[in-house]
Amino acid sequence: MADLNDNVQRAATIAVLVENEAGVLARVIGLFSGRGYNIDSLTVAPVDEHGRLSRITVVTTGTEMVIEQIKAQLDRLVPVHKVSDLTLEGPHLTRELALIKVVGTGSARQEALRLADAFRARVVDATTESFVFEMTGSGEKLDAFISLMRPIGLAEVSRTGAVAIVRGTSSLTA
Amino acid sequence: MSPQTLPAASATTSLTGAEIVLRALKEQGVDVIFGYPGGAVLPIYDAIFQQNAIRHILVRHEQAAVHAAEGYARSTGKVGCVLVTSGPGATNAVTGLVDALMDSIPIVCLTGQVATHLIGNDAFQEADTTGITRPATKHNYLVKDIRKLAETVHDAFYVARSGRPGPVVIDLPKDILVGKGPYTEAPKREHRSYRPQVEPDAGQIRKAVAMLKAAKRPVVYAGGGVINAGPEAAALLGKLVRMASLPCTNTLMGLGAFPASDPQFLGMLGMHGTYEANLAMHGCDVMFNIGARFDDRVTGRLNAFSPGSLKIHADIDPSSINKNVKVEVPVVGDAAAVLRAMIAAWDEEPAQQDREAIAAWWRQIDLWRGKKCLDYVQTGKIIKPQHAVKRLYELTKESGRETFISTEVGQHQMWAAQYFGFEKPNRWMTSGGLGTMGYGLPAAMGVQVAHPDALCIDIAGEASILMNIQEMATLAQYRLPVKVFILNNQYMGMVRQWQELLHGSRYSESYSEALPDFVKLAESFHGVGMRIEGADDLDRVIREMIAIDRPVIVDCAVDEKENVMPMIPSGAAHNEMLLASGQESGGGASVTDQGMGLV
Ligand SMILES: Cc1ncc(C[n+]2csc(CCOP(=O)(O)OP(=O)(O)O)c2C)c(N)n1
Ligand SMILES: [Mg+2]
Repeated sequence: MADLNDNVQRAATIAVLVENEAGVLARVIGLFSGRGYNIDSLTVAPVDEHGRLSRITVVTTGTEMVIEQIKAQLDRLVPVHKVSDLTLEGPHLTRELALIKVVGTGSARQEALRLADAFRARVVDATTESFVFEMTGSGEKLDAFISLMRPIGLAEVSRTGAVAIVRGTSSLTA
Repeated sequence: MSPQTLPAASATTSLTGAEIVLRALKEQGVDVIFGYPGGAVLPIYDAIFQQNAIRHILVRHEQAAVHAAEGYARSTGKVGCVLVTSGPGATNAVTGLVDALMDSIPIVCLTGQVATHLIGNDAFQEADTTGITRPATKHNYLVKDIRKLAETVHDAFYVARSGRPGPVVIDLPKDILVGKGPYTEAPKREHRSYRPQVEPDAGQIRKAVAMLKAAKRPVVYAGGGVINAGPEAAALLGKLVRMASLPCTNTLMGLGAFPASDPQFLGMLGMHGTYEANLAMHGCDVMFNIGARFDDRVTGRLNAFSPGSLKIHADIDPSSINKNVKVEVPVVGDAAAVLRAMIAAWDEEPAQQDREAIAAWWRQIDLWRGKKCLDYVQTGKIIKPQHAVKRLYELTKESGRETFISTEVGQHQMWAAQYFGFEKPNRWMTSGGLGTMGYGLPAAMGVQVAHPDALCIDIAGEASILMNIQEMATLAQYRLPVKVFILNNQYMGMVRQWQELLHGSRYSESYSEALPDFVKLAESFHGVGMRIEGADDLDRVIREMIAIDRPVIVDCAVDEKENVMPMIPSGAAHNEMLLASGQESGGGASVTDQGMGLV
């Protein structure tokens, strides 16, 4: 464990396996707001075949002491099965999906398509004056693409927030 | 978890929802419910009417129902049970729930709710009870399927009493209560998701023992967790402390965990703790915290808190460890299990204690004790509040009666903590974490219900007592001979003290204007009222009060301007304590600008 006295902030990607029941997301969010922790992003969806378990991925930043607190506080919520700090678990994959709408005509359209191609963003909707691109990748990659689109005619962005999983055989189960 | 699976095998004939609730309560060992009726819970009241196994105590305000259940729970070690109606019934209970959450008291609170199809429609007496109580409880449930009702009740009791105990709400829509469904018995299997660690890790225990055994200046700092772990935990604490010659201090919530009369007891620590306890905490080389949480009232200024010590922290709640204070040896587990394991591991640890160093440490502690920080001077007719509590303690002890003390919140609470000696756990009920004025009377009521023959005294302030005074009617109805002993200083004394010390003696709105005649008030509630005007009345009236087998209010006039000392002002360190005038000052703290911003 890193030094708890350290004032250095770090980012943590935390996976939480919870009972898929009413109010569980409110409990998690209420914990962050009630205790003044940051939420950089949060995603949730059922993950088992019966729909009884949901996986929440929270990205947060804080000192080592705060992050340890966040994990302990999450872990003591009654519907929480497991809490895993992927940042400490070792190599893991993080992905995010975005839908990006760009509006424009003429050369701007050409430029948008050319950049989309370079970033492997897919066109999922098109009109004579707009595109919707779909893109997955790390948050930084999405950021980069979105900022390139801004001068070209960025109109709207919808992002999922990060989901993450540890590489290799180890897995998070209830 | 939500009881999504239905153990079909044990499902029996169908009952109404209200009957299912009562049967589940009975199975969980409930013998008394504190409650108040209303439209949404009428089906449960109807079912209560038709049975005798569970007694219902009708309180006069839902907040008091929760505090009464807290008193019941804390004095028995069982889960306290509350029943209130929807909307205002539930919102009135919220203060009690937060109180129980902060002090880790196991409560199950049943709240009525409008019928399922009306939820969200702003129906009459609808409130978003699960939404409102989410941060006020350890867990809560809204039952939407009668087939899950029994299992939800069982689950709620398991959650309330397991791990770090706390309050749990079950919100019960009216259609669920009148509908029909199967009864299921409490499941024998493990809980799906909530399985707190009770037994400590053996490696951590070895580390803790090695550290404590090597200490030259050890101190044990024991809190409410020892009380919550049951009387055995207190007995084990006593054993460890004595076999290792350790000095022991208790938190406000921990009073009674170690006997007050024991020579190894240093008294309470913290903001109004003793000089010796706080200086021992400050100067120790190894601190063993068992079942306490490094609360800000205990630590004072964090960066000056016990700067030279290695710290062991044993707690059932991992989130309490390394929250405020970084420790070297965290131990997760139940206090009794931890103490048992430490005692077992003690002789296996090859290192020997440095008895000489510990003897020198005790000599140092005795020097601090020599300061006699709790001394006061009682001369003349005006009663010092400290003296009143001391006599109350001595005379109740003399009576030989089993005695339980509750308090309201303020100076009287601190004087009760300082001058009433508790020899056993579960005898002391106070609102520590939330500091809820109005707690003491209903809490004493709950204690008296659980211990009908005991002497139950609420040590009160004249301001606090008015916050739940309506419960005098409950005392009368059920012939609960609770004694309310008011230290009447004509002020919200604790507020006045802070105004004196922090706000230039500008006593803004802290004078207790237009007080009722407490003697007549007691009489109008079918009780006995008595007044103590001067020091020469004190013993006589206390003796009389103890002898009366009815509710009593004693209005005891005390010195208006007395302050609670010693005091570590907010933002100060343990070695910067203020002592009573006449005693040499500890380190001469004055309140800093930074401290002003703290509460
Ligand atoms: C419900 C509630 N409101 C306000 C406070 C703040 N408060 C703490 S002590 C106190 C004064 C209590 O006065 P009294 O009951 O007369 O006790 P004393 O301090 O005089 O012994 C107040 C207002 C509180 N603790 N609880
Ligand atoms: Mg007062």
